[in-house]
Amino acid sequence: MEPVTEGTILAQDGDLKTQEYFVNMGPQHPSTHGVLRLVLGLDGEIITKVEPHIGYIHRSIEKMCEHDNYRQIVHLTDRMDYLSAHINNEAVCLAVENALEIEVSDRVKVIRTIFAELTRLASHQLWWGVMGMDLGALTTFLYAFRDREMINDIFEETCGARLTMNYNVPGGLMFDLHPNFQKRVKEFLVHFKSKLPEYDMLLSDNVIFRQRTEGVGVLSKEDAISFGVTGPTARGSGVSCDVRKLHPYSAYDRVEFKEILMADGDSFARYKARILEMWESISIVEQLLDNIPEGDILAPTKAVIKLPKGEFYQRVETARGELGVYVISDGGKSPYRLKFRSPGFSNLFVLEHIAKGAKIADLVAMMSTIDIVVPDIDR
Amino acid sequence: MKAVAKYFSGIAHGLKTLLTGMKVTGYYFSHARKEIITQQYPENREELQMFERFRGIVEMPHDENNEHACTGCSACEVACPNGSIEILWQRVVDPETGKKKKIIDKHVYHYAMCTLCNLCIIACPTDAIVMGKTFEHAVYDRKQLTQILNKPGSKVRADVKD
Repeated sequence: MEPVTEGTILAQDGDLKTQEYFVNMGPQHPSTHGVLRLVLGLDGEIITKVEPHIGYIHRSIEKMCEHDNYRQIVHLTDRMDYLSAHINNEAVCLAVENALEIEVSDRVKVIRTIFAELTRLASHQLWWGVMGMDLGALTTFLYAFRDREMINDIFEETCGARLTMNYNVPGGLMFDLHPNFQKRVKEFLVHFKSKLPEYDMLLSDNVIFRQRTEGVGVLSKEDAISFGVTGPTARGSGVSCDVRKLHPYSAYDRVEFKEILMADGDSFARYKARILEMWESISIVEQLLDNIPEGDILAPTKAVIKLPKGEFYQRVETARGELGVYVISDGGKSPYRLKFRSPGFSNLFVLEHIAKGAKIADLVAMMSTIDIVVPDIDR
Repeated sequence: MKAVAKYFSGIAHGLKTLLTGMKVTGYYFSHARKEIITQQYPENREELQMFERFRGIVEMPHDENNEHACTGCSACEVACPNGSIEILWQRVVDPETGKKKKIIDKHVYHYAMCTLCNLCIIACPTDAIVMGKTFEHAVYDRKQLTQILNKPGSKVRADVKD
């Protein structure tokens, strides 16, 4: 059969055959979580082709970084993966700090780690709610937002913003912790530990949900590695890729946590990996919360930060996978080139591979468990 | 026979898991007053308290003598990533020394371009600008989003040094 391109109608050859046709899913489809357009090639209900068309929310963040100084770059990264805003900020700050060889205090490291884990919890909560909604259960969305609200309040009290926090600056943090911080986080942990089993009762054990996710969108370990998939998506296929474990940064070397690895590689394994990761995040926050060391919140830096000539790379684990910040500096006050290796981009393009031959209704489940955030893919 | 038993046990299992989920929903249905996090927003405007560090809009506080702390040093203008702040100068003659001196004329703030990143606030050496706690900033004409932060006729407080 000759290759089919978008918009072509195949000639029918007499006998009764399903004509292959194309459907646009998005850019304004509620389950694509943003402005992502998937061009689906369909044979009846069977998917023959998935072609992601991206670029609808491209804001040229990498190019804008070339004109901003290193302090100003940080706030742009809020707008990439907005659900892991704090972790993105941290990545840029760590890259700058490593290049300048600044040692931040233990207090900064611990606070950054606590915030990163709270961000991960908030991100996974939102993902869980939206995943249920994608598969037709609106209630989960409401439960998830109830719990996420508490984390947003914690962020708002300390940073002043709920989503685009911009709490990190190269060398440390913008403000010290709010006096209520520890009390509020403890309240949240008590609340959320009693609510997380409800997540399992509502969705994980539900027979309809299980049938729609088990064995759907199987991604083998080899394929996950060759597509460069990272984060819980890859760990659902058994790939050990947790940057927090393999290349510890901030305070991850002083906490104990398990890297969640699932064997099956289907949608349910990816789902379960994230649910179990929430327990690990809770445990990390609990270990650090009561012993935040005293110290400066801002290491002294020059008024105009200039990185030495060279190339610098920093990787962190966001809620979606490995975020890499690659800075090329020519010694000036803004980078010569700054490249973000975003987890969403690599994870999205595995979709065609796992969706081929599946039914169109299952595509939503696969897309949900890959957990794409479109501004992160387009940047 | 085994297949039949499996069929019925499958139904029983399915019903059980559905009822488990329904139990959670039912609990919150019967305890509807517990854990209400929604706020009746436009009605509770009077008692609505934002957090002390909440970032709503950049403001310049003036005291009762219509004086502010902004010397017009442009630190905020340099720190701003989006060009939301413009400082306009005017040249006056200092009455004491008789020399020409630059003082602030207008502190122009383009709210439409602002991302509320807080970099200008931490850059300000005299704490002349702060983050306001208001958040209802919708206007009919976008020209109204450009504001002049220092009030007409205001001047720099005497104890603030450049």
